[in-house]
Amino acid sequence: MQGKMAIVGDGESITVFKAAGVTAFPAENAEAAREIIRKAAREYKIIFLTEELARPLQTFLKRFDEEPYPVILSIPSKNGATGYGDELLKSAMERALGVDILFNN
Amino acid sequence: MARLNVNPTRMELKKLKARLDTAVRGHKLLKDKSDEMIRRFSVIIKENKRLRDEVEKELGETLKQFSVARSVTPAYQAETAFAMPSVAVSAECGTGSVMGVEVPALSVNQTKRAEGLPYAFSEMTGEADYSVERAGALIPKMLKLAEVEKTVRMLAVEIERNKRRVNALEYVMIPQLEETIKYIKSKLDENERAAVIRLMKVKNKI
Repeated sequence: MQGKMAIVGDGESITVFKAAGVTAFPAENAEAAREIIRKAAREYKIIFLTEELARPLQTFLKRFDEEPYPVILSIPSKNGATGYGDELLKSAMERALGVDILFNN
Repeated sequence: MARLNVNPTRMELKKLKARLDTAVRGHKLLKDKSDEMIRRFSVIIKENKRLRDEVEKELGETLKQFSVARSVTPAYQAETAFAMPSVAVSAECGTGSVMGVEVPALSVNQTKRAEGLPYAFSEMTGEADYSVERAGALIPKMLKLAEVEKTVRMLAVEIERNKRRVNALEYVMIPQLEETIKYIKSKLDENERAAVIRLMKVKNKI
């Protein structure tokens, strides 16, 4: 099965991926990103989303956890990693295991 | 624990015993499944952490590099330079299975790379070439991370669900059945004793 990739984020962070062949959707704020993802989720199998936009949409993004596709991955934007990825890992770990086996703090 | 609302008959007793048997067996199986899922999960989550650290580091560098490249070019020119990508990447999307949970399996479909970069060399600085190249090279890794992270999240949900099932069996279903069986047994015994006593009394009267 073929799947297309898309990236949603602020203009500057996504341009470079546009050149690399990923469809880019600029989104200024979380609301815009939510609309874009809602539409893109049907067509694109893999959606990259910058952390700044992913954080406010956390509850919205949870609904995609039930099905294998689309896969939505939060990536750091040009401002660098905010630790959001680690937070997600941590919450999944706490849900499943109840203990922290990675960060130990 | 509340006992079930059933008639204390031999037939019910037999039925309940069969149910208890199934419940105990189911509980054991689910518990084993839960253990194995947790084992797999801890392996996968470590992999996830490693990949995420790598991707975050490389992506940060790439974007920084690109920022620099972009800053030396007028914004509108940069926009037009990147307006039409010359390559298209797509992913091969399959599904795998981890302990019966359907998870995505991604791999990059090799891109049709038309003559390198999407812009003329006069439009952008050389720095941009590198960052575009790096971004392209980073995509397979990002896909892998996407796959692993999704797996982790789906597995976490499944483990939680499974845990709830195990607990429901262990702390609700099984005690309930046991208690009901005990109740029926004592009821039946009592009936039997009553019958014996009645017989003795009748015999005395004759």
